[in-house]
Amino acid sequence: MMNVERLQRFNWRPVAIGFLLVLLLLMPFNWFMGQYTTLLVFIGLHTMVTVGLCLLLGYTGQVSLGQAAFYGLGAYFSAVLSKTYGVNPWLAMIIGAIATGTFAYVIAYPIFRLKGNYLAMATLGLGIIMYVLFRQMAQYTGGPDGMGGIPQLAIGSFVFDTPFKRYYLVWFFCLSILLLSQNIVNSRTGRALRAIHGSEAASASLGINVAQFKMKIFVLAAVYASLAGSLFVHHLSFVNPQPFGFLGSVMIVVMAVVGGLASIWGAIFGAAMVRILSDELLLRFGELDIVIYGLILMLVMIFTPEGLFVRLKSYYRRWQTGRLGEVEL
Amino acid sequence: MASDQLLQYLFSGLTHGSIYALVGVGFTIIYAVTSIINFAQGEFVMLGGMLSFFLFASMGVPLPMAVILAIIVAAVVGALLYLLAIRSARQASVVSLIIITIGASIFIRGIAAEVWGVDAVRPPAFTGTTSWLVAGAYIQPQAVWLIGITLVLTLLLHLFFNFTMMGKALKACAINRSAAGMVGIDARAMALTAFVMAGALGAIGGTVMSPLTSITYGMGAMIGLKGFVAASIGGFKSPVAAVIGGLTLGIVEAMAVAIGWGPFSSAYKDAIALIVLLAILLLRAGQLAAQERPS
Repeated sequence: MMNVERLQRFNWRPVAIGFLLVLLLLMPFNWFMGQYTTLLVFIGLHTMVTVGLCLLLGYTGQVSLGQAAFYGLGAYFSAVLSKTYGVNPWLAMIIGAIATGTFAYVIAYPIFRLKGNYLAMATLGLGIIMYVLFRQMAQYTGGPDGMGGIPQLAIGSFVFDTPFKRYYLVWFFCLSILLLSQNIVNSRTGRALRAIHGSEAASASLGINVAQFKMKIFVLAAVYASLAGSLFVHHLSFVNPQPFGFLGSVMIVVMAVVGGLASIWGAIFGAAMVRILSDELLLRFGELDIVIYGLILMLVMIFTPEGLFVRLKSYYRRWQTGRLGEVEL
Repeated sequence: MASDQLLQYLFSGLTHGSIYALVGVGFTIIYAVTSIINFAQGEFVMLGGMLSFFLFASMGVPLPMAVILAIIVAAVVGALLYLLAIRSARQASVVSLIIITIGASIFIRGIAAEVWGVDAVRPPAFTGTTSWLVAGAYIQPQAVWLIGITLVLTLLLHLFFNFTMMGKALKACAINRSAAGMVGIDARAMALTAFVMAGALGAIGGTVMSPLTSITYGMGAMIGLKGFVAASIGGFKSPVAAVIGGLTLGIVEAMAVAIGWGPFSSAYKDAIALIVLLAILLLRAGQLAAQERPS
């Protein structure tokens, strides 16, 4: 009995984060999970996109059904600038992030006068239109067939030319973004965002500029997605419009929902679960993956609207305080 | 532009507009009665088209029977969507309901792809495919069916909502749910009715449209978006307003393509709906925000 209490009182958080970091550091080695390096790279990329949506959904209570469009914008900015115009890939990535962020800012101004259903439908429409543009502007984007031969990222003479090297690059970006987001959430801005989620009217009466905070997070989420898109094309050296359509956006929503809406680190969990599900388990089943995504979305939202990861975390908290058996009110 | 050409584009606009109208009516009925935007609305159109084709082509059901069965199945899917997914999520926030109906949408779409494959199918036209020449413009008999059925349904819906007990009960729920409850109207039964009607209307659109345009498992999202635009133009107020909204959107799309204005070649036709949507939403932003149920 005594031992259980000591286990409960122990602060497991640093241990968990340390374990996660060591795991991330060692995973791409051949003797560990080397054969899954590509999968792990994709998990990192999708974590970056998902954490933006988590901030938007979980902390401002706004939904975006067009997040894949920003992912695609970053991807195409990097691909076209670095391949067609010979711009340095890092510079292309920065230009892409700035351009995507500016675009998000410009559309956020009208779009965030909308709420709930209307905002969702407007972002859904925006996502579909961007997808149409990626397909139709074939003279720049290569159209539905896509474009290949995109140069690789390099620092001096060190080229990120293997999945092993790119894994560390992607996860460096990913962890930086997670830490940044963590800090935002725990700052004054984060408290303002939670207040907005609680009640827009109440927070506005306390002097919080509701529209401005929502816009900032929307732009931030777009920049995250754009950076992930840039890394994505340099990883594959190829891009086509397929990942950036409506289903791409829905997949990001699934990741955010599985990860837990108001949870930064849950984004890794959400991205990992969905990617493992679709890449490793469902590959042979054709369109079965969207059936499963649909089921996940419905079941999670019906039974644990706060998100799967957050629910698991709350079980842990209750175990820690010895109230696991109690019924949650 | 010659007047016969203009008429040709007008026919095309009315044909597409009829589909947007039927989907828009579905959105409007569900939203009015339950305050829910059903993001799976476009899937009913897909189900109608797919079911009528496969009942006819694979199972040898006579076409009129296949069409009726397709509509009934879609109505049942609408009922199941409400009973299993929406009603289980009690007191869910707006965002939760959006995500639930999005989940339902891709779930239905995935099942359709698994069962019927991913290729486009085209059921046979009801009464032949020989186009008629009307004042210098051609129109297919199937397009006449589509426009005609839409107009007849609009009239029937108008009569239903204004002159039948059930229609009035639905309308009462739309105006004030708790007051409707006080006079003995079962809000849940009304919500179920709304989903069944929306499913049936979408499927009617799908069965009549698919011989013209063919249909694939993935068409629901775009058709749903257009239907939502139709309902938005109508202000989510009445089915008749949604029909007017749908026809307006169809004509605007066709005319933009006709004029070839700016980037609106037919490849970008779909972008017009979004621009119209954003314009309407923004013009009415204040009003819409007031309508939204607090989350």
